[in-house]
Amino acid sequence: MEKLGGIFNPSSPEMEAMADLTYYVIAISIGILAIIVVAVAYIIIRYRKGSKDSSEPYQNFGDLRLEIVWTLIPVAIIAVLFQLTCSTMKTIDPPIGNEEPDIVVIGHQWWWEFYYPKSGVLTANEMHIPVGKKLLLRIESIDVIHDFWVPELGPKIDAIPGHTNHLWMGASEPGVYLGACAEFCGTQHANMRIRVIAETEEEFNEWQKQELVVPRTPRSGIAGKGAELFQTKACMNCHTIKGTPAAARIGPDLTHLNKRQTIGAGVLTNSPENLTKWLYNPQKYKQGSLMPNMKLSDSEVEAIVAYLEGLK
Amino acid sequence: MSMKIPLVPENLKPLPRLKENEGMLSWVASVDHKQIGIMYLISTLVFFIIGGLEALVIRIQLAQPEFDFISPEVYNQMFTMHGTTMIFFVVMPFLIGLGVYLVPLMIGARDMAFPRLNALSFWLVIFGGILLYYSFLTQSGPSEVGWFAYAPLSEKPFSLNKGPTYWALGLLATGISSVASGLNNIVTILTMRAKGMTMRRLPLFVWMILVTSFLLVFVIPIIASAFAMMLLDRLLEATFFTPAHGGSAILWQHFFWGFGHPEVYILVLPAFGIISEVIPVFSRKPIFGYSFVAGSTVAIGLLSLGVWAHHMFAVGLGNVANLYFSLASMLIAIPTGVKVLNWVATMWGGKIWFATPMLFATAFIIEFVIAGLTGVAVASVPIDWVVTDSYFVVAHFHYALFGGSLFAIFAGIYYWFPKMTGRMMSETLGKWHFWLTVIGFNMTFFIQHFLGVMGMPRRTYTYHDFPYWGSMNLISTIGAIILALSVIVFAWNIRRSLKHGEKAPDNPWNAWTLEWYTTSPPAVHNFDLVPPVRGRRPLWDLAHPDQLDEPNSKVV
Repeated sequence: MEKLGGIFNPSSPEMEAMADLTYYVIAISIGILAIIVVAVAYIIIRYRKGSKDSSEPYQNFGDLRLEIVWTLIPVAIIAVLFQLTCSTMKTIDPPIGNEEPDIVVIGHQWWWEFYYPKSGVLTANEMHIPVGKKLLLRIESIDVIHDFWVPELGPKIDAIPGHTNHLWMGASEPGVYLGACAEFCGTQHANMRIRVIAETEEEFNEWQKQELVVPRTPRSGIAGKGAELFQTKACMNCHTIKGTPAAARIGPDLTHLNKRQTIGAGVLTNSPENLTKWLYNPQKYKQGSLMPNMKLSDSEVEAIVAYLEGLK
Repeated sequence: MSMKIPLVPENLKPLPRLKENEGMLSWVASVDHKQIGIMYLISTLVFFIIGGLEALVIRIQLAQPEFDFISPEVYNQMFTMHGTTMIFFVVMPFLIGLGVYLVPLMIGARDMAFPRLNALSFWLVIFGGILLYYSFLTQSGPSEVGWFAYAPLSEKPFSLNKGPTYWALGLLATGISSVASGLNNIVTILTMRAKGMTMRRLPLFVWMILVTSFLLVFVIPIIASAFAMMLLDRLLEATFFTPAHGGSAILWQHFFWGFGHPEVYILVLPAFGIISEVIPVFSRKPIFGYSFVAGSTVAIGLLSLGVWAHHMFAVGLGNVANLYFSLASMLIAIPTGVKVLNWVATMWGGKIWFATPMLFATAFIIEFVIAGLTGVAVASVPIDWVVTDSYFVVAHFHYALFGGSLFAIFAGIYYWFPKMTGRMMSETLGKWHFWLTVIGFNMTFFIQHFLGVMGMPRRTYTYHDFPYWGSMNLISTIGAIILALSVIVFAWNIRRSLKHGEKAPDNPWNAWTLEWYTTSPPAVHNFDLVPPVRGRRPLWDLAHPDQLDEPNSKVV
């Protein structure tokens, strides 16, 4: 059997607490539903009108004691549920105090930007985290309301322009956790996906080091031509590549694009072939994306792919 | 008490029937509450079919992962229009329309307090619907920002098309209509009751319409002013909801849900009213705990005004606010549970006749309990953080609004159709309609609870092929197709019964409220004489002068 996701695979202490509470409430709910279903089923069998019976049954107008009892029972259930709610929230949402965020998450139409203020790393759509650590995320938005949600790692929280939110997050086990934007944010809301890559402390540090390397810009060959096209074909109006004049943050930072697993915030796996397809016409794979069809020629696409894939 | 009291004069005058005044003009120009009520019902059935087709398009697109049936823009337009249509042009005007038809009859009045205002209310709904659907003819089509139209996505920089403008204008028109019909109902119910019809003898459907009407008058102005601000933003460069220019995106959500949550009860309280009429009649017993059913409605109405931010737990309002709204929302379960248990207790010990209205009413109880239980779950903040904006919530509110409101609406249509038209609906087709609806509905929506907790977000035109997502969505889509079949059977039943249905007697269900005292369909002036109202069930008292409801019913 394939592994079920979401609540069936809680992978952080926060998510485990939330999943436990959910299971508990679902169990109580099934119990209550069962009582009602059994009562109604009994009524249907027992109190069905006989086909020849035209007499009226006993006219019962109610019972004050019963009304009091079935008002008080829900009060008790709710008291318990509210207590559980409060204690679970203590676990998953402790006060932030003066702590600095480990990662700043910025929602864009339709991709995610991740900034690590402690190291200066800036990346997109794929968030690397060290495993077993409770990290503080600051959630922001540059345009409309988005919502950061990785179902196996914890709660979801809105990314709102003009309003900063915080979220505690971690992963108990190494692995890739998939998430997505959960607040409707426009045409490509469906393809605003998140990959969280939880790795050991050493792997994470190594990744950070790699991300901070400013690559050498190729001056010759096909990649050199690609580098030149990147600066002249309007790519630089939206994207950043460190070590070059391209420094815009409208689209994702592409400095270390070749290290990422997907392109287009999760629409295609990252490979030279897919990058080629994407550059011919991003609108074919992500209709409505803010990256227009640049109408590049075969040789231009080939050069830009060689440049982006070759950045080290 | 063996002496027979002549309660009704022997000879009823023969009266002109509606049929004799046929012709379009007699409808368009009508200020008669029955004609207006029927026009409400017919137009909501048309909108129901349109909204249902939109839902079908949504489900076909989601039948398979990465399916390519419609473009993302069209998908977003479809779910926007589906939600808007079903809420503002189907459930709401249906229940208001049913109230317009029934309230004067049930309280023994000649018409609504303000018949012309009543007509205005109806025509404003039609006007609003035309404005909304006119946006299909604009260059970029209707609004694609959802029925919630969150700012700043709905604001000009992000939605340059005309769709959201038409959307807001159309809903503003229906908003004016809703406030007018709310006021009309309140005045009618408070001032035009027949002699003897005290508030403690008011039929429960009328009680629920009264509470709903107060909610309309309190909360529609909130959203109407928000629409006005949105239109100022979009048309005159104001910046109420644009954070980039000093406005607030969250403010829109407070306005929207300040209206939006009471709206849920506007959509469901009259449905409770229908159920509270149907269950006693078909169980052959008075409602169990009348005062508690009526009183819990008032409690729900009051509580519903203070719970709106449970739609905003993911906004980050802080734990104090979140916990207040969490507890307040959970409290609504208490009066709602009281209602459900009173309905079950009404059936207990009865002699139940499972005609189609009662089938829908019985299924309503189960479906609505499911909605109520998931509703309490999502009121708990951490659970909400798991499931909000996921398919779990889609399942939850469809159980409330389809399993709840629509099942009750179907019960109501089968119950009052004979009174409105003078014809019975087909029981055979009714049973087909019922079973197809129950199977199709649960197949479509139950499985979505699982999709939600497994991480499927709402409002996405496509999804990755995660384990089981494809097959679960396919099951949901097949359920939707079965539902479409059920609607065809239903529409056929109405059409067929209007022409060839068995002639309905005045009181085919042997019911007890005043509308069943007059002819089917009722005369233009409703009643020649209103029988004395000496208890909650005037027609029971007429039939059983030796076993009057009061004083027995005074207890609860």
